[in-house]
Amino acid sequence: MDAAVTVTDLVVHRGARRVLHEVGCTVPPGQVTGLLGPSGSGKSTLMRAIVGVQQVRSGSVTVLGRPAGSAELRSRVGYVTQAPSVYADLTVRENARYFAALYGRGAAAADAAIADVGLADAAGQLVEELSGGQRGRASLACALVGEPELLVLDEPTVGLDPVLRVELWSRFHALADAGTTLVVSSHVMDEAGRCDRLLLLREGRLLSDSTPAELRTRTGTDDLEEAFLSLVRETEEVAA
Amino acid sequence: MTTTLSPALTTATAGRVLRQLAHDHRTVAMLLVLPSALLGLLYLIWSDVPARPGQPDTFDRVGLIMLGVFPFVVMFLVTSIAMLRERTSGTLERLLTTPLSRPDLLLGYGAAFGLAAALQAVVTVTVATTLYGLDVAGPLALVVLIAVVDAVLGVALGLLASAFARSEFQAVQFMPVVVLPQFFLCGLLVAREQLPGWLQVVSDALPLTYAVEALQEVGRSTEATGTMWTDVGVVAGAALLALGLAAATLRRRTS
Repeated sequence: MDAAVTVTDLVVHRGARRVLHEVGCTVPPGQVTGLLGPSGSGKSTLMRAIVGVQQVRSGSVTVLGRPAGSAELRSRVGYVTQAPSVYADLTVRENARYFAALYGRGAAAADAAIADVGLADAAGQLVEELSGGQRGRASLACALVGEPELLVLDEPTVGLDPVLRVELWSRFHALADAGTTLVVSSHVMDEAGRCDRLLLLREGRLLSDSTPAELRTRTGTDDLEEAFLSLVRETEEVAA
Repeated sequence: MTTTLSPALTTATAGRVLRQLAHDHRTVAMLLVLPSALLGLLYLIWSDVPARPGQPDTFDRVGLIMLGVFPFVVMFLVTSIAMLRERTSGTLERLLTTPLSRPDLLLGYGAAFGLAAALQAVVTVTVATTLYGLDVAGPLALVVLIAVVDAVLGVALGLLASAFARSEFQAVQFMPVVVLPQFFLCGLLVAREQLPGWLQVVSDALPLTYAVEALQEVGRSTEATGTMWTDVGVVAGAALLALGLAAATLRRRTS
């Protein structure tokens, strides 16, 4: 099966700084691919390039067989930014209904998406009255409502309590089982084990593109945090 | 985001903007009441000044023009702040990844605030003509129409100005830059014929000049004149031009 996303030799500059160094990777369809790395490693930039809002210096990004950012992809790709991007002065329901309308869907789809993220009880509340974690879920609902084939989620579980985090991860896997491709970023390594596939990014370079099991075998450790560190040491030795 | 228009998405966006407005009760109250209150102040300023023989009453002259200036200024400010909030909250970047086109977004704003301006104009015109005895020779519906077109011009220029503002501090300062020169040169302070020649040329190029002329036409003619319709057309054209420029400044890909 063709990859859902293919990134080839991607170079991105921000001002004078190069934030992605010839990154190449593929995202398999119908799986949860984790984009892991410390803060500032280029995760958000790579995600912005995949959804087509990032100016790129060189290289290419192909999404669902089309160049990233193509007009016809906009109803097929959902994007949730790191900071919740919903209207604070609207209720959760009003937000979800607006985004539902943009994807050509009705009020029922909006209500279903709100229920999916566990906000049914807060549907009538203004977003500005919600907690940080609830806002993030409201933002997620506004992407789920479009039932996209590819869902790009930038740190969706930050600030969530452990119970909710586990619920969301099982929700992601349920979506993947139903055929959705997910790219989920995180800077917490204990979430890496929940992904079907892992892309490890550090200082704008791709350290590894493998399954969690392959990574454990290659580095000879069960702890993914430790595996990440050993990859970092390995690349630094090569460089030195 | 595409460039093809979708009436459904424009309507959804206008509805969303109006819903945001409706949640903000104080803003709604200020939008509806403030122009009438300020017009009342103008009415009181001239209430003891006798009209010069052969000259139109000063309040009739100035008050009528303010009916066009208020919606222009208020909608310019409200829109530039609203659009800046879209940019800083990340919702704009998100909208740019959805099927919503840039013209849909901008026309949605224009429709929402144009409708709000229509309500504002009905209230202000009613209060002005009944409570303050403002004398208008032509149909009041035309005054409301001109006020709405002015408001849409304010929305369009506000959307355009917000592209050049990185902060709220900058956005509010675009108001005097965009509004005051047009106000100074529109013929209210000094008749346009008495302006220095080059300033007359500048005045000819500013859309508010035509809005004011249209209102003056309604003020003195019992029926709509050709000049008035031409003026309304010029203001509407300027608004469309500004919307087009605003669409061009909305970049989908940013660094």
